Amino acid sequence: MTNSSPAGPIIALFAAIGRIAVGWLAAVGRTALFGVQTLRRGLTPPYYPNKLFEQLAHIGWFSLPVVGLTAVFTGAALAQQTFTAGTRFNATSTVPAIVVIGIVRELGPVLVGLMVAGRVSSAMAAELGTMRVTEQLDALTTLRTDPYRYLIAPRLLACVIALPLMVLVANAIGIFGGYLIAVYKLGFNATGYLRVTRQFLEWSDFGMALVKAGVFGFFIALMGCYHGFRAGGGAAGVGEATRDAVVSAFILILVSNLLITVMAFG
Amino acid sequence: MSAVPKIELDGLSKAFGANRVLDGVSLAIAPGESLTVIGQSGSGKSVMLKCILGLIRPDAGSIRIDGEDITRLSERDMARVRAKFGMLFQGGALFDSLPVWRNVTFALTRGRNRSAARMKAIAEENLEKVGLGRQVLNLRPSELSGGMQKRVALARAIAPRPEIIFFDEPTTGLDPIRADVINDLITSLVEDLGATAVTITHDMASARKIAHRVAMLYQGEIIWCGPRDQLYESGNPYVDQFVQGRADGPIR
Repeated sequence: MTNSSPAGPIIALFAAIGRIAVGWLAAVGRTALFGVQTLRRGLTPPYYPNKLFEQLAHIGWFSLPVVGLTAVFTGAALAQQTFTAGTRFNATSTVPAIVVIGIVRELGPVLVGLMVAGRVSSAMAAELGTMRVTEQLDALTTLRTDPYRYLIAPRLLACVIALPLMVLVANAIGIFGGYLIAVYKLGFNATGYLRVTRQFLEWSDFGMALVKAGVFGFFIALMGCYHGFRAGGGAAGVGEATRDAVVSAFILILVSNLLITVMAFG
Repeated sequence: MSAVPKIELDGLSKAFGANRVLDGVSLAIAPGESLTVIGQSGSGKSVMLKCILGLIRPDAGSIRIDGEDITRLSERDMARVRAKFGMLFQGGALFDSLPVWRNVTFALTRGRNRSAARMKAIAEENLEKVGLGRQVLNLRPSELSGGMQKRVALARAIAPRPEIIFFDEPTTGLDPIRADVINDLITSLVEDLGATAVTITHDMASARKIAHRVAMLYQGEIIWCGPRDQLYESGNPYVDQFVQGRADGPIR
């Protein structure tokens, strides 16, 4: 190699770090451009309402079972844990409060986000990636239909609409899961439990949950579409795109969740 | 060629990283002409077509369609120019989420769900041209054989009656009889519709049948272009080796 001076390895280390950093920044830039491009084109006609409804059904309706399942079990487990920990401090009465706050503020949005990311980001990346490698995206453009308007914009909008609705459902089911354990296993009084739940249920918390859900929905669709759109290299390329979509959607959901929480409560 | 060429390429170049795929391709295609482009796999034939369609932006050179330079057009103007084109992709590139009849009429509906009855009639009419019956109308592309997919894709390409049609390996993967049906179809499209056709192929029988002229692309350049009758007497060692399919020769 050309670097034979003693500083060589150190420079090489910095160079490696620099390459990774530049690579990351380039990826962020490409993603941002992709998002801007989608917004710019998606906001101008032609619109495809039929595609939007199709996606809403795909993303929202068909994800409900898995979301409900996650919520009911998480709510129940949270109630049980809070109760177990609470017995040590003689504070078992906090169970309904902690369940409602925990579910509405954090667990509901984040778990729905992650579940839907696993289900939807991957499916979008695989579908669009396959369309890329089989030249269907080129065919679409050649047939004078803009893939951003026809494929990407409906997916983004559908996710931004569907996620908050799903979080509403998940929050209700999650609270109900906690209620089930508390009342039927831990011996809470049903009326009392619900009264405390209602007391700690803040509309502002719901508002924040919905904002989070909208942001997560945007990232889920953006990552699925971006990685699918850029897929290349046959089946292996589609596989990579799918994996990258899910991983990056997870990271963005977790990071943005923290940022929103810190901004709201910090 | 006294008239303005339908398609005119001048010094078209495109590189992917260090790989120079097109290196100064110049070519003029007259209206109503059928040109066949031959060349090895990976010699840039598909890239050339995709540059003309505006799917890939060339690094240098110009592309003129009916005398209009399209290399620097906005997305909206490019969409207008694309109305002149029909393209048969190598693998068909049918939309697998849509039934056959929606695929065939996609250039007309452009993704909207409108006038189903009329579109089905149009689809049927175009499918008939490629030798497919109405029983495939409601099938999904994945339910068709490879050859049928290719014919549906062909029906989709010709449905809007384009002025220019590109065929990317139209006979690859078809049995010799089906391949000849496609050859006849391409010939009749050029003759009946007066369309200008550019066909990429490795199939010499097909090239001889459908082409008025043949161009050979080698290492990013057009190394030979001439009437199809001279294809076997080109005197060009590269062309000779390619058309005779010999492993030894200047191309390796």
